[in-house]
Amino acid sequence: MNNLIGSDADSQRTLYPYVTGTSVVGIKYKDGILLAADMGGSYGSTLRYKTVERMKSVGKHSIIGASGEISDFQEIMRYLDELILYDNMWDDGNSFGPKEVHNYLTRVMYNRRNKFNPLWNSLVLGGVKNGQKYLGTVNMIGVHYEDNHVATGFGNHLSRPILRDEWHENLTFEEGVKLLEKCMRVLLYRDRSAVNKLQIAKITEEGVTISQPYSLKTFWNFAAFQNPTVGAEGSW
Amino acid sequence: MGGFSFDLCKRNEMLVQKGLKQPSFLKTGTTIVGLIFRDGVILGADTRATEGPIVADKNCEKIHYMAPNIYCCGAGTAADTEAVTDMVSSQLKLHRYHTGRESKVVTALTHLKSHLFSYQGHVQAALVLGGVDMTGPHLHTIYPHGSTDTLPFATMGSGSLAAMSVFESKYREGMSRDEGIKLVAEAISSGIFNDLGSGSNVDICVITKGKREYLRNYLLPNPRMYISEKGYSFSKKTEVLFTKITPLREVVEVIEVGDAMEE
Repeated sequence: MNNLIGSDADSQRTLYPYVTGTSVVGIKYKDGILLAADMGGSYGSTLRYKTVERMKSVGKHSIIGASGEISDFQEIMRYLDELILYDNMWDDGNSFGPKEVHNYLTRVMYNRRNKFNPLWNSLVLGGVKNGQKYLGTVNMIGVHYEDNHVATGFGNHLSRPILRDEWHENLTFEEGVKLLEKCMRVLLYRDRSAVNKLQIAKITEEGVTISQPYSLKTFWNFAAFQNPTVGAEGSW
Repeated sequence: MGGFSFDLCKRNEMLVQKGLKQPSFLKTGTTIVGLIFRDGVILGADTRATEGPIVADKNCEKIHYMAPNIYCCGAGTAADTEAVTDMVSSQLKLHRYHTGRESKVVTALTHLKSHLFSYQGHVQAALVLGGVDMTGPHLHTIYPHGSTDTLPFATMGSGSLAAMSVFESKYREGMSRDEGIKLVAEAISSGIFNDLGSGSNVDICVITKGKREYLRNYLLPNPRMYISEKGYSFSKKTEVLFTKITPLREVVEVIEVGDAMEE
């Protein structure tokens, strides 16, 4: 039957995301890379899933963090698993480092975008290989770059300004985590899709560790919050 | 029949139904902030005015005078913020003459919000209003549709997220004057350097009981770096070959006879 409103092809293309994750923030530090992301999966304006692991290790040397459509992230993980498998099958002593994985992802994202069927994600890709630290990002339209600190989504507006001011070379692990927690706290206050349950992922030459989920302390006891209209009764 | 005519608004809605894409709410280039410290209120603003992608004014003034003890930062359409703050400032002065008292911040707040509400958001002014009156220090944000908030620290404009990230990570209650100024300057700088709609310099206004300090261009973090030391000289001017002056009007001498106002 002739579909006058849209072609059948339309039902095969991504038009909008459904279950989404919010910001991911990543920084380089003295020994490697640190990534932070919360564990929320929103379904529109509902907080549907609260234990979504949005950061995963890739091969021996890399770690990926994703925001955007969760099902597309799961698909990307399948692509990456296949990539790493084929790399292992060569059995040649070489393994893909973060630079190669980032490049692969960039090609995948850009080619999907050109077919008007994007994977609706913004990804952070970090890792260490042979002592070289690498941190990059790629999004659904194929824009990609590397930097000493990256973020997706709201993280770009709320966290990057803090990182531009306070990041420096040779942060220790503790300093790095404190800096990331500062960023995640601001996101928790000001991003409506953020949840107070986050993980920190660390990658060094030795390998990957993803922390157990934990919560940040928040402060709500400003005098002005307790009694906002003191001296100005009736205003709001 | 007086009052605002909403006819064009109806037309715009009809066009949207017909498929016209309306421009979304523009947070026009600006970073404005306010915070309450131990002795009063500190307001801050950047100084860039934009016309689309062009910087129209590199050093405009976004902190507007409302009363000797009340100042207001404005983001949004420059004409709207200027006009609405000027208008309410005049109304406050008349009110001071009438009552014989210092103006209250809530008075300015109520005037501004009821004006903006009655124009249903078409007057695109987003304001950070701060001041100190006999009831204490006050800080409010006012949105184009007329809603207000009372806050210990506030940011507005396209650079508001960059500035808010500084406030959310560093604000404490009961800061001293110097700490407060430092934090406001940091927040505005964050907007200037991280938001494309904000730029140039930092203006600050410190209001305490009985005193206000308007620190125009408190920080100038964007100086002009590269100026030719040799200066600019232009080669040989055009040669003047010959000069002729033709007066466009005949000069006539008037001799007055009799009384000027003789009728």
